[in-house]
Amino acid sequence: MAIRAEPFLAAARRPRRPASLAAWLDREAVFSWLMMALPLLFLAAFVGYPFFYGILLSLENRPVAQPGTFIGLRNFVTDFHDPIFWRVAINTFVYTGVATVLKMVGGLAMAVAMNQQFAAKNLVRALLLLPFIVPTVLSTVAWMWILDPAFSVFNWFLIALGMMPPGPSWLGDPVLAMASIIFINTWRGLPFYGITLLAGLQTVPPELHEAATIDGAGGWQRFRYVTLPLLKPIILIVTLFSVIFTFADFQLVYVLTHGGPQNATNLFATYAFDMAMGAGQLGLGASIALAMLPALALLIVALTLYLRRR
Amino acid sequence: MVTGWGPVQRLLRLWLPIGAFLVFALFPFYWMAITSLKPNAELYNRHIMPLIVRNPTLKHYIDLLTQTSFLVWTWNTMLVAVVSTAISLVLGIMLAYPLARMRFAGSSLMAMTVAAVYLVPQPLLFIPLADVINRLHLGNTLTSVILTYPTMLVPFCAWLLLGYFKTVPKELEEAARIDGASRLQTMRRIFLPLCTPGFISAGIFAFTLSQNEFLYALIFLTKTSVRTVPVGVIAELIRGDVFYWGQLMAAALLGSIPVAIIYSFFVEHYVAGLTSGSVKA
Repeated sequence: MAIRAEPFLAAARRPRRPASLAAWLDREAVFSWLMMALPLLFLAAFVGYPFFYGILLSLENRPVAQPGTFIGLRNFVTDFHDPIFWRVAINTFVYTGVATVLKMVGGLAMAVAMNQQFAAKNLVRALLLLPFIVPTVLSTVAWMWILDPAFSVFNWFLIALGMMPPGPSWLGDPVLAMASIIFINTWRGLPFYGITLLAGLQTVPPELHEAATIDGAGGWQRFRYVTLPLLKPIILIVTLFSVIFTFADFQLVYVLTHGGPQNATNLFATYAFDMAMGAGQLGLGASIALAMLPALALLIVALTLYLRRR
Repeated sequence: MVTGWGPVQRLLRLWLPIGAFLVFALFPFYWMAITSLKPNAELYNRHIMPLIVRNPTLKHYIDLLTQTSFLVWTWNTMLVAVVSTAISLVLGIMLAYPLARMRFAGSSLMAMTVAAVYLVPQPLLFIPLADVINRLHLGNTLTSVILTYPTMLVPFCAWLLLGYFKTVPKELEEAARIDGASRLQTMRRIFLPLCTPGFISAGIFAFTLSQNEFLYALIFLTKTSVRTVPVGVIAELIRGDVFYWGQLMAAALLGSIPVAIIYSFFVEHYVAGLTSGSVKA
């Protein structure tokens, strides 16, 4: 029996002093660290180093292409007194919060609708996932045209239904612009929730539903008291994932509104980009990006611990 | 589960919601397609019903392919996506195999670090990375993005493969060890050939993520000749306030096609990868 033999072999292979290089290389710890050395070095150089370098940058006055001078926490004080910064913070939380709720509710509805027997189910599932796999920038350009001030297809319908031309300016009005980016983020992210939750739904044993039906539970009660509690872990993981990446979203806003009108849709990532790449203030930009860190760190630690516990 | 539904109930409970979700998901693609086929006279006429094409034309596609650098961008995007996916798969395997199979001090801490690094979003790193790329004199080279895309793809592949590797039975490897194979031989000859489905899932995901990447490409690539499709489209096809919508939609559609084709071939692997993180893992 291979499984029984393993401990004995392992013991036999572990002399006090390694007999040869080959035996030394075959030790679990040696083999593991040697195997992981290259990827770990890579991540240390291109994730670890930039991360700490970013913290250092945020403490410097650092105009682009000039040497930086250490100024302590003054960038963060500047942020604190910057009304745009607070606008950006509120925007980011509103954007993340509303889009997450919409994606969760819509995704749950999609999963429940898909969890039935019907022809061409796999095809439908593949089609529903398309918004999630197509490059964001390209689908956002399509949305830009759908919401165009002069030629919006939505406005064509509104006008056809009797609204006064030219119809609402979707990206020109602060509230409508925020609603638009939330809507498009939901459009893109909904299938991720829907298809993942569908996979979760398919693991719910039908016996539980049958038992609940026998006990007299109706459709809604079965969903509320059988399905939902069993889905809770998956809902939590999917939501944490999606919140992290929505909170730090850049592409959609940069392409669609560039943070406008009057910063009404500016998020942490786009504001940091403008400050660093537009205004050339690398230090101030880094401090705005780092302002995301407390919330992100909390989410990342929560999700990492939760994934490990499973 | 529930049987004996009439056709009316089936319509209400099944096809109505499914139909609504399909329209919601696919309308932008339909809109891309018909816009790209409309002549300008139709495109910019507010008085005709916009949902159909009356005189379809390929003019926007021909202009896109002959008057812009779209084909160069497509080549760059493909090259970058393939190379960075390959690099990320190899490095991801090197991380995931020991974490899935070996027992050593610090392994669970390492696994958590990999997960945490995967979750670090790009906007937290792009400013310092821009400075790093500058100092390495890699601005406006494809190397800059081939080096930086794996920062998100390696932890991602490692995490996905770690989950997959744990589902592969250990018996074959144990047998190989008993027959005297070294750990490296066991991994390469016995274990890795068993894991092709996992590699396909991770590979497709990494490829899709590379095609989707925008922020690093936007910062590092400012010359036409090195741009990728997303950056080229945003930086060069949107010219000031003048929009060439027919061309833009043609570009958006053509730019989406490589991902869509790869995806349609491997959709089952994609879904398996998508759901493995949360459902199995």
